[in-house]
Amino acid sequence: MKWFELGPIAWARDFLNTHPKAEKFLDVIGLPAEAVVKKTLFGCQSCGQCLLHENGMTCPMRCPKNSRNGPCGGVRANGHCEVYPERWCVWYRAYYRSQTMPLLPQSWRQDMYRVHPPVNWELINTSSLLNELTGRAHGVMPKQPEKKPAAKEPAKK
Amino acid sequence: METVTEPRSNLQKLLQAGVFVVTSEVGPPKSGDMAIIKKKSGLLKNVTDGANITDNQTAIVRMSSIAAAVQCVQDGFEPIIQMTCRDRNRIAIQSDLLGAYALGVRNVLCLTGDHMRWGNHPQARKVYDLDSTNLIAMVRGMDAGKFQNGEEIKPSPKFFVGGVENPFAPPYEFRPYRLKKKAEAGAQFIQTQMIFNVERFKEFMKKVVDLGIHEQLYILAGVGPLKSPGMARYMRDSVAGMEVSPEFVDRMEKTPKEKWKDEGMNVCVDIIHQMREIPGVAGVHIMSIEWEEAVPTIVERAGLLPRPKASEIQSPVVAVAA
Repeated sequence: MKWFELGPIAWARDFLNTHPKAEKFLDVIGLPAEAVVKKTLFGCQSCGQCLLHENGMTCPMRCPKNSRNGPCGGVRANGHCEVYPERWCVWYRAYYRSQTMPLLPQSWRQDMYRVHPPVNWELINTSSLLNELTGRAHGVMPKQPEKKPAAKEPAKK
Repeated sequence: METVTEPRSNLQKLLQAGVFVVTSEVGPPKSGDMAIIKKKSGLLKNVTDGANITDNQTAIVRMSSIAAAVQCVQDGFEPIIQMTCRDRNRIAIQSDLLGAYALGVRNVLCLTGDHMRWGNHPQARKVYDLDSTNLIAMVRGMDAGKFQNGEEIKPSPKFFVGGVENPFAPPYEFRPYRLKKKAEAGAQFIQTQMIFNVERFKEFMKKVVDLGIHEQLYILAGVGPLKSPGMARYMRDSVAGMEVSPEFVDRMEKTPKEKWKDEGMNVCVDIIHQMREIPGVAGVHIMSIEWEEAVPTIVERAGLLPRPKASEIQSPVVAVAA
């Protein structure tokens, strides 16, 4: 089970998915706060589907090739980037940093070894925390807000 | 090796039959001159089992990989088109692959692609919508009849899908696991970076065999000739992600100038012989970097001639038993 399927989080997800105004409110507050904090600390590129914790708190979107699945073949012998020789390869750092992540969510060390899906560009410049909470970052489509929750839906076709 | 399925291409057929395959590279010209492709494919046709048709390698504008590959198909030579994520988003890649399939191309090599910063159009905008692992997964998804968004394709394009791996770039411990990721994404063959450090490659292959990846895909070891001691030193010092052992540099430096090319080919032949000893290596990929004339000599000296014809191989199972 993924962490976002746990009870209280699942409840929060359902709440947000059925209360678009609450989601909007969180988005207004959350996005700038998240952007400022993560931009300052990790050079966040606001992809809206955060992989920081899965890559040893190193943002893979800073890779000039936007690789989400590990270092390209051009890493220099000193661990620097092929494209910008003065910079570190983000994946070189991500690999070694991920080995120092806390053991408790075991997956945070293991996530380096799984295949990550391509970036969903629909989520660009949206709040990653909110996308995690609502499950959109994992491909869960938000429920369409129902105007009359109790009313029967008219039969389609 | 991987579960024997209906071969997607002649190259896969040879690999399934257990042949030690030899592939090479054809770089399309920086012009619209198809005669150059004809000449190169004619040169390589009878000495190799296929050739990578590069896709604007090192981000320098060249003739389209697919157009050049179609010429190779017409010449009866097996092309492996390179598909990079640098210039196309997922819509364009899928569209191009459908077109390539329709024109008879059956092998595709999925790459992330060299960054344009060191190419001849550094002003260009990068795309990098997918990365190489996701590209492999997408092409395999198309094989299974689904576009990247999940919509159905009928009939689906069935490609023999490859990827690349570089054992000579740090973090070295992670490289076999990255290969594993590509195997999980569905890669069917892998070509490696040019090998001039056999010890490092042996370590890498040991880990690969331990992880059992060589049973999921075919590994073609990348090799290439050296032209001069200067080239060896340049590759050692200035090319990111390349390692050249001191023994090869020494060997080239001790050779008189008129024998440089001959010795460079011998270095390549020696490495090919060592590759054949390594468990898990299914073939070699000769990268001659605009020196295609060297390939027939190298293949001959390595004792890999004559090349078997895919049409003569009837069933992979029979060939293995024989």
